[in-house]
Amino acid sequence: MPTSTTDTATIQKVVFDSLETFGAEPSEIKLDATFESLDIDSLDIAELAQILDDKFGVEIKSSDAEQVKTVGDVVDLVAARS
Amino acid sequence: MSPRPQDGCALVTGAARGIGSAAARALADDGWAVAVLHRASATEAEATVTAITEAGGRAMAVTADITDPAGCDRAFTEAEERLGPVLCLVNNAGMRADGLAMSMGDDDWDAVIDTNLSAGFRLTRRALRGMVRSRFGRIVNIASVVGPRANAGQANYAASKAGLIGLTRTVAAEVARKNVTVNAVAPGFIETDMTADVPDAIKESVPARRAGTPDEVAACVRFLASDDAGYVTGTTLYVDGGLAA
Repeated sequence: MPTSTTDTATIQKVVFDSLETFGAEPSEIKLDATFESLDIDSLDIAELAQILDDKFGVEIKSSDAEQVKTVGDVVDLVAARS
Repeated sequence: MSPRPQDGCALVTGAARGIGSAAARALADDGWAVAVLHRASATEAEATVTAITEAGGRAMAVTADITDPAGCDRAFTEAEERLGPVLCLVNNAGMRADGLAMSMGDDDWDAVIDTNLSAGFRLTRRALRGMVRSRFGRIVNIASVVGPRANAGQANYAASKAGLIGLTRTVAAEVARKNVTVNAVAPGFIETDMTADVPDAIKESVPARRAGTPDEVAACVRFLASDDAGYVTGTTLYVDGGLAA
């Protein structure tokens, strides 16, 4: 079994890589960065939710997506549910 | 503008006959591998597949009732496993159950809305997952001149097709920046099984003075699915001999 630390790091890498693919500036992608500051919109977050569902089997609903404001919020949400 | 990835396929609903079959053949002619989706027309679907393969294309028949969400999902998965990601979806399958609104039963209303509109939405939602991730997608919804125009006796059909045009425009706006286009084609009187009972007098009201052919509709689908149409999205292309003009 991987440790929870490893899990979080894996999740964080997937999230960071995805955000970079969506066009966020790599140097600005940090856990406390808001999606708004990274110019990541609701369609990007919907796509990120699908990527996370495919990779970790964690379903993020529209209602969850409205609650997450920062990159760290998503990583925490997936870590808590995976 | 990014070109179409070569590993993708097109899925056409209601593709055993008429406009759907013609669209499947036209897309195959344009290099798409095509999933020929049908509900219960295996012989005709296989004929469409054979026509495509004999012309040098790739196709397979897939059986599904599009009003069954689980069946749609299975059909998608089957097409993706055999032909690659679905990067072109043609929502063509449709039905009629005509009657005046004041005497139309809920069953006829629900069946037409579910088949013509709700199934198209579910298939679109399913298709968008792969299209957005691939940064390429083409969705073509086969609407109708009925909807934008009145046609007494078809309140359910008109509502479903007008709804499909509304769906087209909004989804197009949602996914445009991911290089996914969503358009509608609105046929007028086209010579198919579904219009066989339309009186000739009505056909004579068409400015072109003739009915259209499935191939003429399919040519528009082919264009909207092509790389050349990459900047065309959210629009409705009328193929109606001037009826809506």
